Amino acid sequence: MSFLNLVLSVLVIGAVFFVFGQRAATGHQAASTVKLHSRSHYHGIWAAITSTLPALLILLMLGLGKDLLFQHWARDFFPPEVSGGGAVDRAIALAKISNVVDGIIFGEVESWVQSAGEAWIRWESNTIVVVNILVLGISLTGGLLGYQRINLGFRARNNVERILTWMLIGSSTVAIFTTIGIVLSVLFESIRFFKLIPPQDFLFGLEWNPQFEGAERAGSGGGTATYGMVPMFVGTFLISFIALAVAVPVGLFSAIYLAEYATPRVRAIVKPLLEILAGVPTVVYGFFAALTVAPVVKSVGESLGLEVASESALAAGLVMGVMIIPFISSLSDDVINAVPQALRDAAFGLGSTKSEAVRQVVLPAALPGIVAAVILAVSRAVGETMIVVMAAGLAANLSVNPLDAVTTVTSQIVTILVGDQEFESAKTLSAFALALMLIVTTLALNYYALQIVKKYREQYE
Amino acid sequence: MSDRVTFVLSPERAAERVAESISLRKRKENRFLFLGKFAVAVALGFLVLLFSGILSKGIPGLFQHYVTLDVQLDTERLDPSGQRTIESLADGDFDGVVRDALYKVLGPPTGRMAKRQARKLISSGSGQRLMHHVLDNPDQMGSTVALQFAVDDDVDTFLRGLISRDTPEADRRVSNQMISYVDLLQTRGRISYEISDYLFFGSASRDAEMAGIRGALVGSILTLLVCIVIAFPLGVATAVYLEEMAPKNRFTEIIEININNLAAVPSVVFGIMGLAIFIVIFGMPRSIPLVGGIVLALMTLPTIIISSRASIRAVPPSIRDAALGVGASKMQTITHHVLPLAMPGMLTGTIIGMAQALGETAPLLMIGMVAFIVDVPSGVTDPGTVLPVQIFMWADFAERMFIQKTSAAIIVLLAFLISMNAAAILLRKKLERRW
Repeated sequence: MSFLNLVLSVLVIGAVFFVFGQRAATGHQAASTVKLHSRSHYHGIWAAITSTLPALLILLMLGLGKDLLFQHWARDFFPPEVSGGGAVDRAIALAKISNVVDGIIFGEVESWVQSAGEAWIRWESNTIVVVNILVLGISLTGGLLGYQRINLGFRARNNVERILTWMLIGSSTVAIFTTIGIVLSVLFESIRFFKLIPPQDFLFGLEWNPQFEGAERAGSGGGTATYGMVPMFVGTFLISFIALAVAVPVGLFSAIYLAEYATPRVRAIVKPLLEILAGVPTVVYGFFAALTVAPVVKSVGESLGLEVASESALAAGLVMGVMIIPFISSLSDDVINAVPQALRDAAFGLGSTKSEAVRQVVLPAALPGIVAAVILAVSRAVGETMIVVMAAGLAANLSVNPLDAVTTVTSQIVTILVGDQEFESAKTLSAFALALMLIVTTLALNYYALQIVKKYREQYE
Repeated sequence: MSDRVTFVLSPERAAERVAESISLRKRKENRFLFLGKFAVAVALGFLVLLFSGILSKGIPGLFQHYVTLDVQLDTERLDPSGQRTIESLADGDFDGVVRDALYKVLGPPTGRMAKRQARKLISSGSGQRLMHHVLDNPDQMGSTVALQFAVDDDVDTFLRGLISRDTPEADRRVSNQMISYVDLLQTRGRISYEISDYLFFGSASRDAEMAGIRGALVGSILTLLVCIVIAFPLGVATAVYLEEMAPKNRFTEIIEININNLAAVPSVVFGIMGLAIFIVIFGMPRSIPLVGGIVLALMTLPTIIISSRASIRAVPPSIRDAALGVGASKMQTITHHVLPLAMPGMLTGTIIGMAQALGETAPLLMIGMVAFIVDVPSGVTDPGTVLPVQIFMWADFAERMFIQKTSAAIIVLLAFLISMNAAAILLRKKLERRW
């Protein structure tokens, strides 16, 4: 039975138990003058929960855990030179075995790989039987046990509600587990990377060149791979800076206009139109940047006698700026609207014009919020991926010239991790170290923005 | 005031100064207003530029040129064993039949060179197309039918006028001989320009004229299905717990901080987590909509939680008090009253989250959904790709026709996004209650 069929049969069993549970409760009620503690459908739900919940949990654990178990068992088949060798050899051996399992065989395979693969297939078929029996058995016994408890005084509703509450709590911990998952997955690989490359070389290195990785290992020379993240962070912040140079003035002035000057009708039309810019997928922006904006930037630059790379930081930054405009404008709009009307009225009362009131009263009052919005926008720009993958370069030039091709953290991560990876090479691991730095940067920016808002918010309330 | 203020100017002089400054201040005011209007105009200008750029390239991409050929469906040649199944048709010479039909229209080309040039006029997938036609219409076997086949992408580009006749022959991808054949076909009324059925029903292909988005579309739908099945219940449950039941303590605070942090994590990082946990540790296959859906679900979870919480908060406390007052339990109050009233807002938030997930590319690149997959996925565990990733892959091809097809695919994606957002707005307008 396949996974899906198994789930469906457990659900069918649950439905049957629901009917029986409810019937049993109504039967008890009919036979007695004492009222049921809970209404009959709660008894049904109780029986359904006891028959499905434990079974599905076990199924989930088995489904996720079985590969780990098989990998562990497969180690017994390794010849001594593999099991005694490094983590690389073991990973390669497991990959070979899984190829045999999937029926992908290139040429001759070692006999131990063949036998491990056959054993793996045997385990698979055996576990399917075991899992089926186990899950269906648990489902039936759970249901029966729950069913047996049904009687007039059984507090079915309280029990069902308690289980539901625990399910709600369980759901809300998913966010915690996701965070833990993100941190651990990035952290472990980063630690392995830092074992190969000293952290100071990574953090302060001025050269990024993982291309020589293979050559170095093969001993054919041709230079050494270097993993200095500085060029990428400079590139990232260069592009983000260009983006902000576009987005902050346009977004901020749009927000001021919409909040202070525009009639409600103009506002009702323009605001949703600006929001459309935020809803356009980034891959579309990337396509637009690479195909339309980059050639224009290049030809304009060259007509001015400048040397422009065809994947210039300027093109990617400009388009990213367009993407961020609605982000800045809607956040600033909220902040400006939150400034109390009394401050404006006071300014007008002293005889200031509208622009004077905005510049000298409203903007200073809204400044913390605006600064926070800009910082959040920086964090968005730093984490943005598709635009830079499609429109920025790959060569890690350490340059702050917007007409040069620079690369960014996210585009390097994508370049390294797309396609086949060997999980043991420093090149692959470096992507995780970059991701770690990316997370740290964005979270720090967000935290900082939050602090600014917190610190200054109450001033005008 | 305790401090004595000394006026430098007499009141009359001051009034004069103010009067003098008024025109300057007015000019400043106008300049400021102009800046605001200019900024809005710039932002809207970008919007127009973006959409006109995509529409101008993409609308031609929805169409392509076809050549109509009278194909003789000769049973002997196409289905030697006569069973009309895929296996038996695989032995048939479909390419040859299409080729012969083409030669007949051209008034048979003589010589190997001429024939080769003629063959280059039509798409190399024409035989396949004929085979599918025969599979769908087995009763037409033995007759002669007029069928449309896509022209080769270079010929299509030429027909669109993007390759000039004046370019020296060596510099263009369409030879003089081919151009004369195309002219011949045109004078005989064989060439037509129609909505591309390859685009909507074809699958991934390296040949621009045959490439379609069907596989990616199905992949997107499957991925979103997984995403919504996971994210909606989890998001709603979390929102209910945090709004209605959670005590104010450390644990609740940690959950809230985590949700806010997740909302700030760049999407590519979710892809890395998916790669490291689901693919490497749990050994799930690459490129499958199941993993993609899980990753996108975790990514959209904060959006759904935040909007669901807002709509739960919007349900007035009097409703809860009334339910509790007539003896409902806490859970009954929630499931019978709060949730139904908050549902429109939750659904709106979920649709917006799904729209975000539909346009997401980077995390899916990480879990290998960039593979070149010809088959349309039939389940969540079949390898597949999604629409934005398809756009990303096509954007890398240099052929002119691919640029148009990419833009056409973008139009389809944007159409989906706009209709989803419109549905969310309608839902909100129609169902949301003001208290």
